[in-house]
Amino acid sequence: MAVRSEPAAIRAATGTGNGLRHHQLGMALLAAALVFAPLVLYPVFLMKVLCFALFACAFNLLVGYVGLLSFGHAAFFGTAAYAAGHAAKVWGLPPELAVLFATACSAVLGLAFGWLAIRRQGIYFAMITLALAQMLYFFYLQAPFTGGEDGIQAIPRGRLFGLIDLANDLVMYWVVLAVFFAGFLLIYRTIHSPFGQVLKAIRENEPRAVSLGYDTDRYKLVAFTLSAALSGLAGGTKAIVFRLASLTDVHWTMSGEVVLMALVGGLGTVFGPIVGAAVVVSLQNYLAGLGHWVTIVQGLIFVACVLAFRRGIVGELARLVGKPL
Amino acid sequence: MAVDDAILETEGLSKEFRGFLAVKNVHLRIRRGTIHALIGPNGAGKTTCFNLLTKFLQPTAGRIRFEGRDITALRPAQVAKLGIVRSFQISAVFGHLTALENVRVALQRERGESFDFWRSHSVLRAYDGRARELLAAVGIEAMAEVPAAELAYGQKRALELATTIALEPALMLLDEPTAGMGREDVGRIAALIKQVAKGRTVLMVEHNLAVVADLSDTITVLARGEVLAEGDYAQISADPRVREAYLGSEEG
Repeated sequence: MAVRSEPAAIRAATGTGNGLRHHQLGMALLAAALVFAPLVLYPVFLMKVLCFALFACAFNLLVGYVGLLSFGHAAFFGTAAYAAGHAAKVWGLPPELAVLFATACSAVLGLAFGWLAIRRQGIYFAMITLALAQMLYFFYLQAPFTGGEDGIQAIPRGRLFGLIDLANDLVMYWVVLAVFFAGFLLIYRTIHSPFGQVLKAIRENEPRAVSLGYDTDRYKLVAFTLSAALSGLAGGTKAIVFRLASLTDVHWTMSGEVVLMALVGGLGTVFGPIVGAAVVVSLQNYLAGLGHWVTIVQGLIFVACVLAFRRGIVGELARLVGKPL
Repeated sequence: MAVDDAILETEGLSKEFRGFLAVKNVHLRIRRGTIHALIGPNGAGKTTCFNLLTKFLQPTAGRIRFEGRDITALRPAQVAKLGIVRSFQISAVFGHLTALENVRVALQRERGESFDFWRSHSVLRAYDGRARELLAAVGIEAMAEVPAAELAYGQKRALELATTIALEPALMLLDEPTAGMGREDVGRIAALIKQVAKGRTVLMVEHNLAVVADLSDTITVLARGEVLAEGDYAQISADPRVREAYLGSEEG
């Protein structure tokens, strides 16, 4: 990367402690937009965007702030979808416990996958995560509880805390919005915590971080587990919202999609993955009539991103205003 | 002063890479409070030695003792925690972090290995004062808010030194601190090393013999992975074997 010639870009990507006021402004705008969005857009569409936005933010925590490109994040998203579906449908757990259980499953899986994958770096790390996720995919394809090609269908949304009936899409939307913001704020806090500061140091120069006495493998493992858990939170919520957990959720194309979302929005930016998820989900929805051509359009966007605006939408915006976004 | 005032000692330190002996049976003895230079022609094994001492590489044979304690089996981060902090040949800064944040990453280590991802960034402000002092000590306090990637080369090296001394290391290992520098910067960094070395022990790999002559109390000459000679600058520069090693390498 040609960093020296573009000081604004560097500042844009730097999460300095004194420049957080515009983040708060951004969050307030985002919250306001999402509160009023159901007036103009379908809640189901919005919920899809929010689930994927949370997924992309969780993924970005790893790639954007630790520099670890995982190509197997579908494993955590999909595992959580199955876990939430199974817990809600077969065990009859209320939605909050089903999602909590799903998140825990993904966290444990993340710990295991992370423990294996962080031993390697760069492309090898990506390949190991992909391989592990593919193994899991074939396991889910065969395992009886996943319903194979059919997936788990008609998952009950149930009653939140046994009180609030989630059958209504708008009611469900408020819950998803709350879940999204909880996850997003946790990620935001993580990025700006003392722990996050060490993560950024590892991203910038791992040997130097080691030479300063940081056991970088443990930091990477905690970050990986956290990212997996939050991806699980997104996947579990998605299963409850759409009442469906299927092989699509664990397929490698799902891992690819989350990469695309983070890339389109802007890797290593706070708001980028949300914008990226909105763009990708919108395209899928509005271009659904094109059938398989959607993939081609997505591919073209990917190429355009890499060629024309490598920092992603929010990354380029941050460069223009000269502030990290 | 203790009878045995060696802060770091190696015994028969060796490293083999697929049949190639990069470091052969090296006995080093770094006395406390001194500046010790490791010199030698290219490929003499100086940087490999550094990597062995800081455990970035695992020695094939030999022992390393720090403060009388055997550290041969430790991991790099553990060695660093004991107080052996190294720098790198290529200036090692955290490019997208500001100069202040760079130093703070070192300072916040005293919080221990904390994985408190839920805690606010503001706990780190407590380190800002000390970080600014350190930046001032190396003469780059004006650059505190500038991302490290934007600093000039000499400033990056200064920042690296500030980050290293932030940990109050008992032993500093500097790998070619003046490599790739203009004459002006060399003088400034040399003065800086002299200044920060007070009350500490420094082991450095250095090619610039003027800097070595100016700074070091003891010099160890390595050639083809072995210790060729050891002594002060006068002894070393008078040693015919050392001259031969240097001239020989230049011809070849």
